[in-house]
Amino acid sequence: MTLLHDPDLGTPAKPGESSVNVVVDGVEVTVPAGTSVMRAAALAGVDVPKLCATDSLDAFGSCRLCLVEVDGRPGTPASCTTPVAPGMSVATQSPKLQKLRRGVMELYLSDHPHEESGCRPNGGCELHDLADSVGLTDVRYGFSGANHQTSTTDASNPYFAFDPTTCIVCSRCVRACDEIQGTLALTVEGRGFESVISAGGLPFMESECVSCGACVQACPTTALQEKTFIEFGMPDRTVKTTCAYCGVGCSFNAELRGDEVVRMVPSKEGGANEGHSCVKGRFAWGYATHRDRVTTPMVRDSFRDEWREVSWEEAIGFTVDRLRAIQSESGPDSIGGITSSRCTNEEVFVVQKMVRAAFGNNNVDTCARVCHSPTGYGLKQTFGTSAGTQDFASVDQSDVMIVIGANPTDGHPVFASRMKRRLREGAQLIVVDPRRIDLVRTPHVEAAHHLQLLPGTNVAVVNAIAHVVVTEGLVDRDFVAERCEADSFAQWEAFIARPENSPEATEAASGVPAAELRAAARLYATAGNAAIYYGLGVTEHSQGSTMVMGMANLAMATGNIGRDGVGVNPLRGQNNVQGSCDMGSFPHEFSGYRHVSDNAVRELFETVWGTALESEPGLRIPNMFDASLAGIFRGLFIQGEDIAQSDPNTKHVVAALSALDLLVVQDLFLNETAKYAHVFLPGTSFLEKDGTFTNAERRINRVRPVMDPVHGKHEWQVACEIATAMGYPMDYDDASQIMDEIAQVTPTFAGVSFDHLDKVGSIQWPCNDAAPEGTPIMHVDGFVRGKGHFVETPYVPTDERANRKFPLILTTGRILSQYNVGAQTRRTANVEWHEEDVLEIHPHDAEELGVADGTWVALASRVGETQMRAQITDRVPQGVVYTTFHHPESGANIVTTEYSDWATNCPEYKVTAVRVRPASVSDPKGSAEPVDVTT
Amino acid sequence: MTLDALVRMANQIAANQVHLPPDEAASRVADHVRLFWTPGMRQELVDHADAGADDLDPVVTEALEQVRTTIPAP
Repeated sequence: MTLLHDPDLGTPAKPGESSVNVVVDGVEVTVPAGTSVMRAAALAGVDVPKLCATDSLDAFGSCRLCLVEVDGRPGTPASCTTPVAPGMSVATQSPKLQKLRRGVMELYLSDHPHEESGCRPNGGCELHDLADSVGLTDVRYGFSGANHQTSTTDASNPYFAFDPTTCIVCSRCVRACDEIQGTLALTVEGRGFESVISAGGLPFMESECVSCGACVQACPTTALQEKTFIEFGMPDRTVKTTCAYCGVGCSFNAELRGDEVVRMVPSKEGGANEGHSCVKGRFAWGYATHRDRVTTPMVRDSFRDEWREVSWEEAIGFTVDRLRAIQSESGPDSIGGITSSRCTNEEVFVVQKMVRAAFGNNNVDTCARVCHSPTGYGLKQTFGTSAGTQDFASVDQSDVMIVIGANPTDGHPVFASRMKRRLREGAQLIVVDPRRIDLVRTPHVEAAHHLQLLPGTNVAVVNAIAHVVVTEGLVDRDFVAERCEADSFAQWEAFIARPENSPEATEAASGVPAAELRAAARLYATAGNAAIYYGLGVTEHSQGSTMVMGMANLAMATGNIGRDGVGVNPLRGQNNVQGSCDMGSFPHEFSGYRHVSDNAVRELFETVWGTALESEPGLRIPNMFDASLAGIFRGLFIQGEDIAQSDPNTKHVVAALSALDLLVVQDLFLNETAKYAHVFLPGTSFLEKDGTFTNAERRINRVRPVMDPVHGKHEWQVACEIATAMGYPMDYDDASQIMDEIAQVTPTFAGVSFDHLDKVGSIQWPCNDAAPEGTPIMHVDGFVRGKGHFVETPYVPTDERANRKFPLILTTGRILSQYNVGAQTRRTANVEWHEEDVLEIHPHDAEELGVADGTWVALASRVGETQMRAQITDRVPQGVVYTTFHHPESGANIVTTEYSDWATNCPEYKVTAVRVRPASVSDPKGSAEPVDVTT
Repeated sequence: MTLDALVRMANQIAANQVHLPPDEAASRVADHVRLFWTPGMRQELVDHADAGADDLDPVVTEALEQVRTTIPAP
């Protein structure tokens, strides 16, 4: 494949209802009313010279290069700021325009480095490209006048550099930061000749810049450029693929020079990101070739032994011999597997098939167990399927949005930028979170209400909101009557109207003032299109599933389902959480969320797979741990997940892993879990994978290999070889055949294939005969289950409560620059933003405990103790402390407990009673060491 | 299996049916356990109840009468 550039039509599309016919250089073109002349020209195949214009930004009209002549109009208007008019005839080329453009370019070039010296010889400068295109080689003004050529480069950001000598102050970077990213970190300082681009007068790294790279992408010269581009030069080929970080699932053009990745450029064609990205996706991909990658299979008899490098054949033989021996001694149910949301749909599907068909049981679970399993349960109960209801673009039509237990600017930054854009346009925001996340108050955005509830009281708050809706006559009776079950609604209405659900009654538990909650409820119910976005602050609670159902109740009662701008939308943490769940990774259901006890479904799989399948549910991850400690579960295959760091109560997890007779880890790195493994199988990075990811809006995107697997095998091939050696032959020619099988057995994927994806770019499931191009918005004419089902949601306080011994409540989350357990991002320059996890503590609590900012503290719960530095901040309320879990050295999950959601066993990460005290030594505990299983 | 964990899980499921009459709550608990617990887990909790357990919510105890009929023969 050659190097691809997304076409740039100069100005954004204007989706007007009427159309206008214009003629550009003799070519007739029909465009929506309001379209710029520049864009109309581009659509007619006419390229108008430009520097300050790009179709990702509103027209600015400053560079004066895009001048055109319009029949019957005086002068030479800028085509970027001139809208088309019926019958307009435009000329983009004439001697007069040529002269004007040459004059403007001469002025620019007089203060611009020569191509051969200062400006990049590698290319990438649109100004030089334009000069070349008009044959401009000489500048009448010379180069000796006042200029900016002695300015120094700001190389403080690890990923890109700003060279003011090549900057033409076109403001594209400033506008990208404002309009696309919404951070407003950049500005033009000074006037006239003194004008310079500035990150608030600071080096980029010390500024408000979040390193999303939108400015780099927008820059028409080489002033802002990736350091890898400077190092490696102009790429020569492109591979279209999908980011492997969060659940937004951004599309990228991976640009390579030979086999070297030069840069990742977010694709404008990407349905999820439309040309934007964040610091992780655009820049933090160097882990894929990090020296820590393990590329040779390894085995050992005991996890206390040294690793021994072996061939693939020996590693698989070692694995299968032990699995067979365990099953021979302890029965078919004594082994199992865990799939990963960092792997493709095809890789996940094959692993769960290996467990069900080759291992002969349903002991397969996925890391979604510890994040969004309550979403699966709650949305299936109420709506009929486990999926967010909207596409991301839907938020453009929202009038009010509630963000509950999510921190989009850090966890889902590209979608957060879209949210902020809508909020700047006037939509209103309600934040429900114990912590003051950035969205509460950020440039040009301020939440109408921040319901700063106490951790663990989500259900009390959502019930109180619904109580206001029901008792103040705000129910959408027409929607409920037409779309929902009458009986379940009547029962729910009577339940939610009870006095104990009123804001006044719940205030004592939740800490949310009743008047504020009532105002927020009225806003949600009356503002027009109301959307709910939520994250792990909803699910990772003892009532995570109840809360999901509570939100679904609320959306149905107010008629906020089934159209643009509304809905109930889980923001998935990892890139393929949705997909790994879709693929049948849970122990109780096959792909497409169909229970294993459903005879018709099971018979379909038995026919296609050619083997009998178990009809009873298997073990969930926490059950596997308990069963391991009981000695009845003895062998575990883990695909790309670091449960020793990510799962709660590290001591318990480590004890369970240590008790296994066989632990197989397939991963890129020797992670914390691998310390207890007997077999290590090298995995593949997203740059090597061939398959699909499904993002939080159910969008199936292709993941195309940028390079061959460094160790020669795709992950699905390894699972196939294990299954085959176990006596169940599994074989595919390539990943597309796996997707074909998924489509064969999964009705919601019936129309999905690699060929179809290559044609249309991406598809949102359900994709079948009824919806061949996919389904951006679900439940439009009816719910998947038929009528919407209301569920009564009593608030049951968690057993995990602050007490005299552990007086504070710890809650956990993420930070922008790091991702989950940090296995990827800790191996990139992103550590420059976050080199360690810290404990946020309120100034009052810090003073009472004698904790100074930046000093070490010991953080203890009833299950463990760790140490980290304190960060004193009023982001957290008094009585609540907060940390992230990206670094194994501090190991936040050493202190989180075994408590979990009642319906799904999703851990209660968000509520842990703790105590904090100053620590005398700066000696973090480090990750849990192997423990004696008898302890 | 860790019996303490099973008891806690079952009691927690029952606690979240507090809004229902006891017999309906017991049916909900039984359905949930049937759909999401392995036969081995179900059997272990039934055995615990049969041994005279005093740490089970009464709704769970009632639910286990339905659960025991869902456990496949070994």
